[in-house]
Amino acid sequence: MTPFDDTSGLPGRPPRPVADPWARVGLALTLFAIDPDGLRGLWLRARAGPVRDRVVAALAPLRWRKLHPFVSDEALYGGMDLGATLASGAMQRHAGLLEHPGLLALSMAERCPPGLAVRLGQALDHAPQLSLVALDEAAEEGEGLSQALADRLGLFVDLSGLAWGETTDISLPSGPIATAQARLRHIGLTEARMRLTRVAFELGIASLRAPMLALACARAHAAWRAAEVIDEGDMQIAVALTLAHRATHFPEEAPPPDTPPPDTPPEPQEQPDDTDNSALDLPDEMLIEAARAALPPGLLAQLQAARVARGTQGQSGAGAARKSMRRGRPMPARTGKPGAGARIDLIATLRQAAPWQKMRRAMLPGFSPDRLILMPSDIRIKRYQDQTDRVLIFVVDASGSSALARLAEAKGAVELMLAEAYSSRDHVALVTFRGQKADLSLPPTRSLVQTKRRLAGLPGGGATPLASALQVALAAAEQARGHGMTPTLALLTDGRGNIALDGSANRPQAALEAAQLARAIAARGVPSLVIDTSLRPKPALAELAAQMRATLIALPRADARTLSATLGAALGG
Amino acid sequence: MTPFPFAAIVGQDEMKTAMVLTAIDPKIGGVLVFGDRGTGKSTAVRALAALLPPIEAVKGCPCNSARVEDCPDWAEIPDTDLVTRPTPVVDLPLGVTEDRVTGALDIERALTRGEKAFEAGLLARANRGYLYIDEVNLLEDHIVDLLLDVAQTGENVVEREGMSIRHPARFVLVGSGNPEEGELRPQLLDRFGLSVEVTSPRDIETRVEVIRRRDAYETRHAEFMAEWAPKDAELRARILAARAALPEVRSSNVALHDCASVCLALGSDGLRGELTLLRTARALAAYEGATEVTRDHIRAAAPMALRHRLRRDPLDEAGSSARVARQLVEVLP
Repeated sequence: MTPFDDTSGLPGRPPRPVADPWARVGLALTLFAIDPDGLRGLWLRARAGPVRDRVVAALAPLRWRKLHPFVSDEALYGGMDLGATLASGAMQRHAGLLEHPGLLALSMAERCPPGLAVRLGQALDHAPQLSLVALDEAAEEGEGLSQALADRLGLFVDLSGLAWGETTDISLPSGPIATAQARLRHIGLTEARMRLTRVAFELGIASLRAPMLALACARAHAAWRAAEVIDEGDMQIAVALTLAHRATHFPEEAPPPDTPPPDTPPEPQEQPDDTDNSALDLPDEMLIEAARAALPPGLLAQLQAARVARGTQGQSGAGAARKSMRRGRPMPARTGKPGAGARIDLIATLRQAAPWQKMRRAMLPGFSPDRLILMPSDIRIKRYQDQTDRVLIFVVDASGSSALARLAEAKGAVELMLAEAYSSRDHVALVTFRGQKADLSLPPTRSLVQTKRRLAGLPGGGATPLASALQVALAAAEQARGHGMTPTLALLTDGRGNIALDGSANRPQAALEAAQLARAIAARGVPSLVIDTSLRPKPALAELAAQMRATLIALPRADARTLSATLGAALGG
Repeated sequence: MTPFPFAAIVGQDEMKTAMVLTAIDPKIGGVLVFGDRGTGKSTAVRALAALLPPIEAVKGCPCNSARVEDCPDWAEIPDTDLVTRPTPVVDLPLGVTEDRVTGALDIERALTRGEKAFEAGLLARANRGYLYIDEVNLLEDHIVDLLLDVAQTGENVVEREGMSIRHPARFVLVGSGNPEEGELRPQLLDRFGLSVEVTSPRDIETRVEVIRRRDAYETRHAEFMAEWAPKDAELRARILAARAALPEVRSSNVALHDCASVCLALGSDGLRGELTLLRTARALAAYEGATEVTRDHIRAAAPMALRHRLRRDPLDEAGSSARVARQLVEVLP
């Protein structure tokens, strides 16, 4: 599915002013060329293809050095150049990629592990002459650039909606750009600083890097126009290019119902003081409009979904990363003793021993000069990083209150998710609840057929033993952990638990127990997702989701396909 | 570029106080700063480095020894002079190798002269100063283990090529990070004396002021630094005065009792919490020019000294800060 065919995202939104998206891309590249040090970077979201090639070709004169998501620390920070060192007899280093000023390009940025994102982020913070283009090829909702990097890169350009026919070659004119660069220092910032900081705040952007980047963008645009002061138009451009994609809410409208709840770090949207809202000055509305216009429909929801996915899981992809001695992706070797399953990394060990040979021969005169002298401290062992298998535990409400039509939709969504789980080799378990108590209808399995059959045969009707469902799900999650898997819960319900754990129809007791179990799930750190299947979202379920520290998604009238897309986003694909 | 002036950091009072208190009494044992992106965590640490009063150390000593007889013998110090140098604040980068942390044999001398000589690492350089780890939650496990070991013993031991090298490594650990990117292992959490949570400011005026100062720092650097130098100097003088006053600050039996009952009520593990709470309250009293630890000092110190030491309570979804606050109201009315 392409990212932008989801137009269901934001209902009730006023029609957007049409802007030529390709012209905006060209403008973003020009501004970046004018002030790479102020804008710090460009987040380019596009699948590889001819449209992206045009952008890359336009940036080519800036001469970048390429990084890939699994670049080693030695390549980043530099290290000893063994060959040169041995040949010359003196210590020779090779420089790391981060040691030179200039432009870096990170390809496949959506796969960038958090460790690298943070390293690059630190480098951007501390080296004022370094800037980065992140080539993000995210295909699905929930994928995307790590927040540590997204926060630091000034510009955001999305090419996903653009067809080849709408684009032309972009060339960045070096003469006018140099002229604009010379003007940068002379542009006054005082008023724009104030305005952009306010707008960033009103858009619910917590980070204070954002207004700084927006200011740099407005200044670059003013310089490009050969103006001496920043005007309204410069600021609108800055808002569209640097702030819009960071927005977590828009002031005038209530948050759309499918906005994930702010259980991620407290963001201003949680405290909409009346005073704050009424203090919204008229002129800022224009800038807010600029932000709104810059966002293709559904993009905000999509970016938020990615944010949530990262918040709950820490990283995308299936399962948690785990270090291993035997299998997985190779990591740098490190010191250690062989044995206990560890394997010696012969090359790394020899590299380690090589520089010391001269010294050791002097120390141990008995050895013949053509022998290599190895010491225990030279030994390097191999390490790999492996991913644990993920198990998705679906907890499906089949009670009478969760009306039959909704049950069918939930079934459909689960089936779609199953197909995705199958392709990413996830395990799936199914907990169903109705009547007196919940059952583990299907223990963790990779069998698609079995799950489908079990799901299709699921009858509806009866009371809602929500507490029991959470209990069974938690037990299943704990058991999966015990087997070295990473559990994730997806609870589909309408939230009105009315049966206590002992099977009695005691509503207050049932609510109390459900809350306790929800907190227990949160305390065990099981990433979870609550999907409200009722026709009108219930505050009680929002409370339950908060207690579980789960992402809450309300789906009034959603069809199975949207449900699955949202699920996929929140669970990190 | 000289770091941002500490006094010019807008808001974030708890973080600033915690850092100042560790400067008054390094025995408190470090600060952990956790919070949102772009809230100035690392700016504050770097600012602290410039704020700290200088130390006296033997000239050329790789581990900043205060006296000639403390210098490790492998360092072969020819000088006996003392020099004044800034308090070391050493950055521990994420991609660091074990050899760079602990020190290793000097490869250059081994190659050119065939000699065994020790090249001191970051732990030696951080002795008597600060060791700063940005994004501490993403640090490689084996480096974390190594730091825990050294922080525990105050000494770094390296065995290589038949040599056994040791040197003192007493430092204040400062860590910062964003909890979204990964949790910190409880063993490391406990090693930090204080912990603070930072969030980005919630009102427009403060935010504008942050941006204004940051911008002034970048665009008219010299002017801005000169503007804030007196404020920083004032703070430095206050820290020195508090250090001098610290041994004289009395803590009554009532204060000891208060510390114990807060920790007991919160069920924090071990005695480390109580000791840190008392030390922090004393440093705070000294900072405020008081001669005796009062209940107010304990109340102010408790959140930062205790919030990272609580056991997780599955039936309490409130944050640990809220739990500390709630117990304080009950135990110390």
